[in-house]
Amino acid sequence: MINDQYPKIYLYRRLVQAKLFIDTHYADNIDLDNIADEACFSKFHFIRQFKNIYQKTPHQYLIVVRIEKAMELLKADIPVSEVCYAIGFESLSSFSGLFKRIVGITPSIYLMQHQKIKAQIVNAPLDFIPGCFAEKNGWIKNSNFREPDF
Amino acid sequence: MITKMTHVSLYVLDQNSAYDFYTNKLGFKVITDVPMGKDRWLTVSPPEQPGFEITLTPITTHMFSKEAAETMKDLITKGTFGVGLFTCSNIFATYEELKAKGVEFTKAPKKEFYGTEAIFKDDSGNWFSLAKLD
Repeated sequence: MINDQYPKIYLYRRLVQAKLFIDTHYADNIDLDNIADEACFSKFHFIRQFKNIYQKTPHQYLIVVRIEKAMELLKADIPVSEVCYAIGFESLSSFSGLFKRIVGITPSIYLMQHQKIKAQIVNAPLDFIPGCFAEKNGWIKNSNFREPDF
Repeated sequence: MITKMTHVSLYVLDQNSAYDFYTNKLGFKVITDVPMGKDRWLTVSPPEQPGFEITLTPITTHMFSKEAAETMKDLITKGTFGVGLFTCSNIFATYEELKAKGVEFTKAPKKEFYGTEAIFKDDSGNWFSLAKLD
């Protein structure tokens, strides 16, 4: 039997709902006033409580979510301009600038790096697997990686 | 002298389902995802620990006999294996978030002599402690 009772349970639930709202609606024009209202907090109190739990203000957290989503899409080989709009940016230059500031390289270079890695995975998959694990699985060079039939 | 642990094998019943659980529910990052025949070399890491890769390992006949594989699957499904401990910055918020995402908990956060602990199961049946240690 799970005991659901602990201090300030309602507070945590409201803050978690706000975080999950950002996780889901990161691409929309999110109004933090609305999120604070939905969570039944004043804006100031909401920001302070959110930062207390997640170590970032809601706005800082939204930026992190957008950039992480951008990285995910770029890894999936989506063009930079599509990624920019998919994560809620309207300007390619502001997206690229922010991405570079946080990730350290531009989205274009990030995309190219991952295209290269993908090609390497196709050409030499065993280079990405520690040899001891590969051997235990029977994954040896020039094999077809098939599992024996039962 | 051993310096650090880099990889640990976690046996899962279905890699696709495990991928969804560990990335979309727990928020782990995919480090390596390489197709190998009908399976994948798939590793994930907790967000703040990229150097520690959890290998989401299918139970194959390369690793086990047919009989052992069936036994392993049965034991995992029954929740036999407590695999490890994850820490978090705020256990109550983390518990509420994971629960909202559909993660099954067998113990809600509870103050123990060593800290506050909850227990959850992954999509296969492996269970973990989630703790904020004192």
